[in-house]
Amino acid sequence: MDLNILSLLVWIPIIGMLGIAFVPRDKVDVIKIIAAVATGMQLFLAILLWMQFDKTSGGIQFMERYYWIPSFNIFYTLGVDGLSLPMVVLTPLLSFLSVFVSWNTKKAVKGFFALFLLLDTGMMGVFLSLDFFLFYVFWEVMLLPMYFLIGMWGGPQRVYAAIKFFLFTLVGSVLMLIAILALYFTCGQTFDMLTLMQTAPEALNGVLWWGMSAIKVIWILLFVGFAIKVPVFPFHTWLPLAHVEAPTAISVILAGVLLKMGLYGMLRVNYGMLPEAVWWFAGALAVLGVINVIWGGFAALAQTDLKKMVAYSSINHLGYALMGMAAVIAAGAANGNNYAAAEAGMSGAIFQMFNHGTISAMLFIIAGVVYDRAHHREIAGFGGLAKQMPIYAGVAAIAFFAGLGLPALSGFISEFMCFVGAFPVFRTIVIIGTVGILINATYFLRAYQKIFFGPLNEKYKDMPEITSRELFTLIPLAVITFILGVYPAPFLNVISATVSGIIEHVVNLGGTVGIF
Amino acid sequence: MNNLNSIKLFVPEIIIVITILAGIIADLFYSNKRSYLSGYWILGGLILSLLTILFHNPQNVTTLFNDMVTRDPFAIYFKLIILMASILIVIISRYNKEFTDYRVGEYFVLLTIMVFGMFLMVSAVDTILLYLAIEIVSIMSFILAGYLKSERSSNESALKYVIYGAFSSGLMLFGFSILFGLTGSTKLCFIGYSLATLDGGANFALIISFVLLLAGFAYKISVVPFHFWTPDVYEGAPTTITAFLSVAPKAAGFAVVIRFFHIVFGDSGALNAGNWLTQTELPWAQILALLAVLTMTLGNVVAIQQDNIKRMLAYSSIAHAGYMLMVLPVLSSDSIFAVMFYLFVYILMNLGAFFIIMTVKNITGGESINDFKGLGWKMPIVGIAMTVFMFSLTGLPPTAGFIGKFYLFAALIKGGTQFYWLAIVGAINSVISLYYYMRVVKVMYFDGERQETIIKPIMPITLILIFLAISTIIFGIYWSPIADWVRNSLIFYVASL
Repeated sequence: MDLNILSLLVWIPIIGMLGIAFVPRDKVDVIKIIAAVATGMQLFLAILLWMQFDKTSGGIQFMERYYWIPSFNIFYTLGVDGLSLPMVVLTPLLSFLSVFVSWNTKKAVKGFFALFLLLDTGMMGVFLSLDFFLFYVFWEVMLLPMYFLIGMWGGPQRVYAAIKFFLFTLVGSVLMLIAILALYFTCGQTFDMLTLMQTAPEALNGVLWWGMSAIKVIWILLFVGFAIKVPVFPFHTWLPLAHVEAPTAISVILAGVLLKMGLYGMLRVNYGMLPEAVWWFAGALAVLGVINVIWGGFAALAQTDLKKMVAYSSINHLGYALMGMAAVIAAGAANGNNYAAAEAGMSGAIFQMFNHGTISAMLFIIAGVVYDRAHHREIAGFGGLAKQMPIYAGVAAIAFFAGLGLPALSGFISEFMCFVGAFPVFRTIVIIGTVGILINATYFLRAYQKIFFGPLNEKYKDMPEITSRELFTLIPLAVITFILGVYPAPFLNVISATVSGIIEHVVNLGGTVGIF
Repeated sequence: MNNLNSIKLFVPEIIIVITILAGIIADLFYSNKRSYLSGYWILGGLILSLLTILFHNPQNVTTLFNDMVTRDPFAIYFKLIILMASILIVIISRYNKEFTDYRVGEYFVLLTIMVFGMFLMVSAVDTILLYLAIEIVSIMSFILAGYLKSERSSNESALKYVIYGAFSSGLMLFGFSILFGLTGSTKLCFIGYSLATLDGGANFALIISFVLLLAGFAYKISVVPFHFWTPDVYEGAPTTITAFLSVAPKAAGFAVVIRFFHIVFGDSGALNAGNWLTQTELPWAQILALLAVLTMTLGNVVAIQQDNIKRMLAYSSIAHAGYMLMVLPVLSSDSIFAVMFYLFVYILMNLGAFFIIMTVKNITGGESINDFKGLGWKMPIVGIAMTVFMFSLTGLPPTAGFIGKFYLFAALIKGGTQFYWLAIVGAINSVISLYYYMRVVKVMYFDGERQETIIKPIMPITLILIFLAISTIIFGIYWSPIADWVRNSLIFYVASL
């Protein structure tokens, strides 16, 4: 294809940002329209990309590759495959909707949307770049707008939340940078991810650093970097705070896209370049997954703030994805070459990433709707809103039930697949993990009941119904959740070739080389 | 090369000397109010010298004045970046309101003498000339730090600077004399050659000499534990001088350290991979690594507690010295490349940050972090530029500061697994530094409200700030020209014995 569609996807928001920079700061409507048009165009291109994507191929498509800094072997390489495509569609979808979620922003509108578009470019770049250096630059570029968006437009504790987010993520990124450089110098001085996937397992085989296998050292450095972003259990403390303080649109982006980068990074980098270590770490990954599930679930159960509850539910939901990812080792010879389980687990993990993106986005928008009206989010502070706002209650029901994994909604299928995949290998862990579903249901149902049923709180008897703009941001997500819950095949078909490729890669390169 | 032939290759320095004299004479004819006009003479001279270096550029690497100074690409690179910093400082000094009640003719002249001293520092290959050059720079810095005669803090800073400076240069001189005693020569190349063939009997003297020299150099680039003068001097000195001290003499200091260690204590004497001389039995790589870790950690941790922004940037400059020192244990051309590249980037971003401090001080009269409250709303361009510099100093992409740090870490990782821990310490230090750099950003944006009236600094300052901020970003996205320039400058004069 002659048109560089991937470059367009990455750079359209930047063009929008430059456009906004030249609009006087009082022309608020023009600014919003530019933001909506930029993200809308991006969404249109992403859908076009989805349609043109060759489902039968597990390789990289639409590749673009140019020299950037030849003296350090740095390229500008973009490409998309079944692993990144769902994220590439999810990102502009949520960005586009988020523009409308934050339509009523009053404070410094120009700055808000300019930074928002910069964030959009950063996210898109992370999912599309196939050069490690470029990947790292995009990964870091997101921090600046995120810091400002939380710190400037957030809640009362915004400044603390912003710097905490920044410090946590930067610790992860600098460790990642060291790992990237170590890979660069030990595996033939290249940043090209596709090349590294082939050369790294060979080059690092048998190398010892301080008595430890180099593969394990690099794996740990990269894993910590990605785990902070997910966030995986001991690194999760920044998340609830950032979520609660961030404005609604930014929470949507944070939960919907940013958290996925950690999982995406693990699948792309850790699984791709260090397949041997997958076998070493899969058990730990499953354990961390189940800790996330249980810990996130109980923490969510304890929350009185609706948004905080949703934030913890993210930790819980991504735990399922981690368990699904760990299931890849089912395909190994020691586990009876159970490719079906491995595929179920891996596809489930990627599907869960996408579903969590749509479902948690809905939940955050719903929390935002009620906050805009009542200016608080105490779950116990409402009651009987179902009578007052029937449409809102209806949409909220879809989101809450999707969150707790009700069959016929997409969350159920992906969680189920993660369990099915992981079960043959990690029997006990999965059984403990299913308890998570129960906790999950408890806190969602309890919250729904307290907010929407019971006697109407007198304070809110004039509370206006959900507006059409708010509904507009929720309906597409609800529709996707419903369709994929009933008929997930279109999604699973797109990723299946790539998933098999990753499993093959992990089995072929990791199964033969022992690192124990 | 003999003295007479040397002169035609010494033109840039001669132009600077003429500029100094012209500045002194011109200053006699200006009244107090118009004494800033002599700055234009100086500026013209510096630019002329810059053009001479750029265009009068015979490629042969040689020594001048009977092996006193050398004229190699390495020295020329440093001369160019020092001139770049000096020219910016001379331009911006004109708008520094701290000088309102002072004659500034001498100021410009002293600054130019410093430039001359630094030119000699980066090109000297003889210990006596090296010492003299360092002294020229030091003495001029003492006077300039105390230039605001009627301000206590300025006087204090000059006095502290003199005492520390005199003490450390005494140590350094002692170190040089021991080296002379051991080797019988003042020429660096010959010293290095003699040390390599020294028998074990002189080890103790060599260790003492090394420690003394290290103290002298470490003072110049403010390495812990020889850094105590830095915060006080940076706080008290006029802002433009602080800006200058934080970049130019530091660059010259690093040039001296690199040249001296490579020629004298490295076994190949050239700018390529080699080993440390083993004659002293000292673990030099480890000593330098330890100093680097102490320097950056102390700089970053103490900077967190500062409320005066000049003091904060003083500690930050200590930390940056630590980052650059971090790669010196790796004796390779990559580590030198990384330091040289970093210095260039550091000049851009640090000058930018100090110019903003000056601009703010011109308007509010204060230099504490609270004076930056709401600055992003009051002065949007200044706020954005400051944000860029703070991000760059932290080392976040897409700014040049990131590329600088990237090369530093790359040199360490390439150096081998024994340096990995150093890279990790350096990386963690960048995270610590994020906290205080972001504090400035926080104060500028989060602690203020949208203002109806926007203050604009005068046009020349705005232009310089925009220029520095945009170059900081552009060199963070496409830095090949700078990288090529630095790589081509990685040539030392090496004597064939």
